[in-house]
Amino acid sequence: MRERIECDVAIVGGGIVGGSAALFLRQAGLSVTLLERDWCGAKASGVNFGGVRRQGRPLEQLPLSQRAHAIWGRLPELLGTDAEYIRSGHLKLARSEPDLASLIDYRERSQGFGLGLEIVTGEEFRRRWPALGDRAIGGSLCPEDGHANPRLVSPAFARAAAGLGAVVREQTPVDRVEKEGDRFVLLSGDDLEVRARFLLNTAGAWSWRVAEAFGEPVPLESLHPNMAVTEPLPRFLDVNIGVEGGGVYGRQVPRGNMVVGGGRGFALDADRARPQRDAVLTLMRDAAELFPQLRHAHVIRCWTGVEGYTPDRNPIVGPSRTTPGLFHAFGFSGAGFQIGPGVGQTLAELVATGETAMPLEPFRIDRFQPTA
Amino acid sequence: MSGVLPPVIVGAGPAGIRAAERLVAAGLRPVVVDEAARWGGQIYRQPPEGGFTRPKTALYGFEAGKADAVHRAMAAIRDRVDYRPRTLVWNCEAGALDLLCDGGSETLPFSHLILATGATDRVLPFPGWTLPGVFTLGGSQVALKFQGCAVGRRVAFLGTGPLLYLVAYQYLKAGVEVAGVFDTTSFAAQARATPGMLRDPVTLAKGLLFVGWLRTHGVPIHNGVRPVRAEGAERVDALVLRDARGRERRTPCDAVAFGLGLRSETQLADLAGCRFRFDEADRAWLPERDGAGRSSVPGVYLAGDGSGIAGADAAELAGERAALALLEDRRLLVDGARVRELDGRLTRIAAFRRVLNAAFPFPEDWADSLADDTMICRCEGVTAGALREVARSGQAREMNRAKALTRAGMGRCQGRMCSATTAELLSRTLGTGPDGVGRLRAQPPIKPLPIATIIPSPQGGEGTDDGREVA
Ligand SMILES: Cc1cc2nc3c(=O)[nH]c(=O)nc-3n(C[C@H](O)[C@H](O)[C@H](O)COP(=O)(O)OP(=O)(O)OC[C@H]3O[C@@H](n4cnc5c(N)ncnc54)[C@H](O)[C@@H]3O)c2cc1C
Ligand SMILES: Cc1cc2nc3c(=O)[nH]c(=O)nc-3n(C[C@H](O)[C@H](O)[C@H](O)COP(=O)(O)OP(=O)(O)OC[C@H]3O[C@@H](n4cnc5c(N)ncnc54)[C@H](O)[C@@H]3O)c2cc1C
Repeated sequence: MRERIECDVAIVGGGIVGGSAALFLRQAGLSVTLLERDWCGAKASGVNFGGVRRQGRPLEQLPLSQRAHAIWGRLPELLGTDAEYIRSGHLKLARSEPDLASLIDYRERSQGFGLGLEIVTGEEFRRRWPALGDRAIGGSLCPEDGHANPRLVSPAFARAAAGLGAVVREQTPVDRVEKEGDRFVLLSGDDLEVRARFLLNTAGAWSWRVAEAFGEPVPLESLHPNMAVTEPLPRFLDVNIGVEGGGVYGRQVPRGNMVVGGGRGFALDADRARPQRDAVLTLMRDAAELFPQLRHAHVIRCWTGVEGYTPDRNPIVGPSRTTPGLFHAFGFSGAGFQIGPGVGQTLAELVATGETAMPLEPFRIDRFQPTA
Repeated sequence: MSGVLPPVIVGAGPAGIRAAERLVAAGLRPVVVDEAARWGGQIYRQPPEGGFTRPKTALYGFEAGKADAVHRAMAAIRDRVDYRPRTLVWNCEAGALDLLCDGGSETLPFSHLILATGATDRVLPFPGWTLPGVFTLGGSQVALKFQGCAVGRRVAFLGTGPLLYLVAYQYLKAGVEVAGVFDTTSFAAQARATPGMLRDPVTLAKGLLFVGWLRTHGVPIHNGVRPVRAEGAERVDALVLRDARGRERRTPCDAVAFGLGLRSETQLADLAGCRFRFDEADRAWLPERDGAGRSSVPGVYLAGDGSGIAGADAAELAGERAALALLEDRRLLVDGARVRELDGRLTRIAAFRRVLNAAFPFPEDWADSLADDTMICRCEGVTAGALREVARSGQAREMNRAKALTRAGMGRCQGRMCSATTAELLSRTLGTGPDGVGRLRAQPPIKPLPIATIIPSPQGGEGTDDGREVA
């Protein structure tokens, strides 16, 4: 017999976005059902690099990013765990004068968003980060950015939501969605039917399917950032490191393991990906060049994940243009971990109050040319 | 394109060597890759070159003849094989293996691949197992075989399986005091299995001989025991057990050798894309293979203990059988009579294997002996209590989730050592049975990859990602 659930809001996908939306919706007193095909936080949200970083984001993301920043500061209160979140600072390195100029330019442009960026160069740079030695001529520090353990944070949002009474169903794929009158109807196999007034599409790299079901095709591409981690090493680094112009990034966790990222893996199928050999080797070389401390270390594990990328590398966040009551949030293009809880809170606000002060215009779902 | 490349064999143990021999006989020149410095695999492991002069009879006992035959087989084809010792296969991806050799990484494309990766000890801890002086059974045997030294002066043997008695016997023969043999299997279970053992009188005779020899030399043998703890301050000085009647028994010793059978090295098969199934007899997820050794991936063959524990004799036969399957699939002529003979012998060994498994059943309640503060994953310092907690709270109902939440299996060994215990603990806590908690997904590298080795060999990979996009 098919089980039926009636609720205010149905959510497809229990990543950090869907999980946090569920939590804030419950705080607002709405009834919520979250359906997750795998385990909550098992996809991009649970396997990412763990960078909790505002610095370097496109300016249009900064209001949401700041909103998320406030939530990250309240993790223990919201989730009952700090999930190894540390405001270590995020230091973006400049390896050349033009890169430094570009960091200075970003600081100017992002004035007023409250990032508190600090440009450090020359002697002072070497004094403060002796371990980074000669690789860089300077950098831009965002003191309150940091990192966290994604494996712990992301499931914790859904768990906290369940603790407040959200119905969270794992191992429950949404196979069909449609709208009947003013109700969304979600079907999972023959077993479960969920009816709701509102629907949140937070299905990560697979969100295009839900969007398409409501006549909103989007050019979403799945990509797979390559990650690697070394055995534990003596502590030499306490900031989360990025590099202007890209290539490689790294952070050292308190146990001493160095987590590095760069390059891309490949897809095994639509749901799974694997690190790619040349990318792994290149990453190891680039990382050892940036952090000479790694030269004699071993890499113990490589991994990747499945993430949705949009053509302009900004996410799709906000109301559907075809279907009242439907809200999308996906396509974070490799940077949705930090901003995720801010997006979840904004979705909850949109549902609960019908409006938000967040500028979502740049994230409209219909900003791309229709795909043929 | 396919068919042009030479076949590749991973593993130069009995399975890999017999596979290579058969391919060479068919006129092919296989590549044989092995991490070890010399061929022979686990059981017929050769001591390091130079300095070690003990004869094979001393090293391999009853198996000396077989060891010698396998060693000679490889020596005889040596110049017709592209043999690559000291070479670790660290990854498999899209029709190519990644090799680590002499400090460099190299990619070896293949069209046909035989995986003969063998097995290692199944390590299931008990309180005190991290004390210096506690060794695995296989490790203790390797010490004897490879380095010519014993793990202690007075050694207690704990666990189950034929290897338990064999290694105790080998230690006694080597002049080491054996403090006792403590078998988790009840006497009744062994007695029930004895008639079946008559199917392989040679093995049965050997087993009886080991037991008889141990007894006549005054070694206590106890059945139906459960571990309580290994005791000691700096180093183990006693093994405490609960005997079949529930009494605690303390045996002074300066070393413990323990083992609950073996576990197959399956990571490469996993990375190669092979389908897995749960095997009741091995109590493990194993890559599927048909009777000839074909995996679920065309062109990938499985032989020997790496795809199911069956012992060295079976490994030799299975290696040759997989090579014949490969030849058949390449449309080369094979000797049908030989195929039938191998199939028949492999079937008989498989039947006997079931008898052995019944004689030495896995102690299903082993996980219950673990106190909450017992270390399960040594790399990451994860305790039994931490795993029980994520299972009981409903947060983890399968292996990969438990790994994500507790870090069990995230360290240097990538779960090769601790995943059997993690599975036992989770399934025991959840009441699902070991197949109910799934298996850890393999990730490259299979073993830790030294970064230094990669640096001097720039690979043409592009400096792909834009750092502004990710992280
Ligand atoms: C420690 C130990 C002791 C044992 N003692 C006995 C005994 O006394 N009597 C008995 O009957 N059986 C014993 N066994 C079981 C016996 O080893 C096997 O039945 C037999 O060796 C199986 O042969 P094989 O060819 O399948 O694998 P193995 O002999 O294990 O050979 C596998 C080879 O593959 C190589 N390899 C694996 N992975 C990789 C990789 N990624 N890259 C490169 N090379 C790789 C290994 O280095 C190894 O040389 C023992 C097993 C172990 C682990
Ligand atoms: C390897 C990697 C490294 C990254 N590093 C960083 C970083 O350092 N910092 C940063 O800010 N961002 C990073 N990101 C990006 C970040 O992880 C993602 O943007 C973010 O996690 C997206 O969250 P989400 O909730 O939208 O998606 P997901 O976490 O993918 O969640 C979507 C969920 O929806 C479920 N789902 C899909 N379809 C269905 C269906 N039909 N029915 C039910 N459930 C369904 C999926 O199973 C999944 O659990 C990285 C991403 C990857 C892959």
